[in-house]
Amino acid sequence: MGVSQDTVIKAEGLNLVFETNDGPVHALKDVDLEIDKGEFVSFIGPSGCGKTTFLRCIAALETPTGGSLSVNGMSPDEARKSRAYGYVFQAAGLYPWRTIAGNIKLPLEIMGYSRADQEDRVKNVLELVDLAGFGKKYPWQLSGGMQQRASIARALAFDADILLMDEPFGALDEIVRDHLNEQLLQLWARTNKTIGFVTHSIPEAVYLSTKIVVMSPRPGRITDIIDSPLPKERPLDIRDTPEFLEIAHRVREGLRAGHAYDD
Amino acid sequence: MRNLLPILTIVAVILGLWYLAVGPMNFRLALDAATRGGADVTPATPDEQGQTGLLRLMLDNPDVMPAAYAFERPRLPQPQDVVVEIYENTIGLARRCEWQGFGAERDNWSPLSDGCLRVIENRRSLIFHAWQTLAPTLLGFAIGTGLGILLAVGIVYNRTMDLSVMPWAIASQTIPILAIAPMVIVVLNAVGIQGLLPKSLISSYLSFFPVVVGMVKGLRSPGPMDLDLLRTYSASGAQEFWKLRLPSSLPYLFASLKIGIAAALVGTIVAELPTGARFGLGSRLLTGSYYGQTVQIWAALFMAAICAALLVWLIGAVEKRTLTRLGLVR
Repeated sequence: MGVSQDTVIKAEGLNLVFETNDGPVHALKDVDLEIDKGEFVSFIGPSGCGKTTFLRCIAALETPTGGSLSVNGMSPDEARKSRAYGYVFQAAGLYPWRTIAGNIKLPLEIMGYSRADQEDRVKNVLELVDLAGFGKKYPWQLSGGMQQRASIARALAFDADILLMDEPFGALDEIVRDHLNEQLLQLWARTNKTIGFVTHSIPEAVYLSTKIVVMSPRPGRITDIIDSPLPKERPLDIRDTPEFLEIAHRVREGLRAGHAYDD
Repeated sequence: MRNLLPILTIVAVILGLWYLAVGPMNFRLALDAATRGGADVTPATPDEQGQTGLLRLMLDNPDVMPAAYAFERPRLPQPQDVVVEIYENTIGLARRCEWQGFGAERDNWSPLSDGCLRVIENRRSLIFHAWQTLAPTLLGFAIGTGLGILLAVGIVYNRTMDLSVMPWAIASQTIPILAIAPMVIVVLNAVGIQGLLPKSLISSYLSFFPVVVGMVKGLRSPGPMDLDLLRTYSASGAQEFWKLRLPSSLPYLFASLKIGIAAALVGTIVAELPTGARFGLGSRLLTGSYYGQTVQIWAALFMAAICAALLVWLIGAVEKRTLTRLGLVR
């Protein structure tokens, strides 16, 4: 595998074994992957396939037990300390005692940005996720979709180049989800971030990604990597085109192959 | 005031039961007095009366019942007697002192005159005794709360303390406070500490425990996701404490404080009982029982209940204000 200038995340022979009471669990086995700058990469697979674990390894929330992993040319730990990424969790996870603006300021306060800078950044990212004017509201005053947008704003506030998203829209209904997917693509186009996106949904993965990583469980491993031929401009009805359906089919095949000897 | 009617209903039921109980409770005393007064009662001698059931006595001697309700030093006083006792020893005392002291018109009554201060220091005044109990309660509550929070932080952040402190804290609450109180007073007296502090320490002994339990739970209430979020920012331990754990623990803390302050009051009163305290509500309970002054006992009990209610209400008000400002109450 040649290392291009633009490689942001590079995993080689990555292994992660959890020691549990029932014996070792192979969460990741020999994972090789390169993610280039500005790519939108989706990780898809059934529960236990290690997609979230892989994302957490990139974020240095888990430590691999073997192989190598670099983020921006550094170890994941160093990358975290240099604020390489913003992380969006499954639930919005906004602190209920802080306003929306206060929640977005949280990472900025921790990282020591000046007061004036904090205000500017809050204003900018609120506009970016279409929540201008909601800064003074408390989380419970917002709908689930708006809360998740606020949590994306929080991850964008400190200018990390990489955005890691762990099933961020999993708990939302399909209509809100479509809307947020569309907005996420616009946001990606405007900010030119590298995005790692974990999902259960085949249409979501195909609609959003430039690269789809299909994974399967026991042991967690990559079974297929699909480079999407879809254009960068993607209206919602692209999902009815033959190209879209063809990729979706290939993803489904990949998932089925991973399951074959399982049942 | 939505709950005014239910509260009044309960109060009415309690008062009704109380009135009903007064007669039977004082009946033997009244019958005894009637017998010695030469009234015609069945059975005629105190010995026989002692061997007869209360119900039988009441059925056979209905004429004695009014006397049971009008008894001067009753076993169970009537509610209005207690109210009068409380009034006499608080507001009533203040007024009488005022008139005697200055001979002034009622219109000139001013709450902070010298006469009034004399009332507060008056040994008969329930306000004086209530304050003698409240002051150590508040100090003990402050000590207990501070200690409880410190212990909780230690338990959450230090593994050794996590494994060792809680069993001791639980064990401390299984020891009857009545057994410990005299020892604390004696030991502290031996090293020259008297007055407010010994009572406060006993009261803090009861009030620290709910704070420890509540705060440990509160400080541990943030979920793995909340903690992971801070890790992605490489937040320090101190930042994690001030920005996440402490705010998360506040609702738990206030729930604990309400239990803690009531426990602190009980602790102070209990501390006054076995140590021969001369002032305070506990001493009123004790002297009341020495001299058979049930009215005095009840008055002190009600004063204690009023104090506890006020303290809990006060914490509730602070809780509501704080949590509303923090956006934790909708």
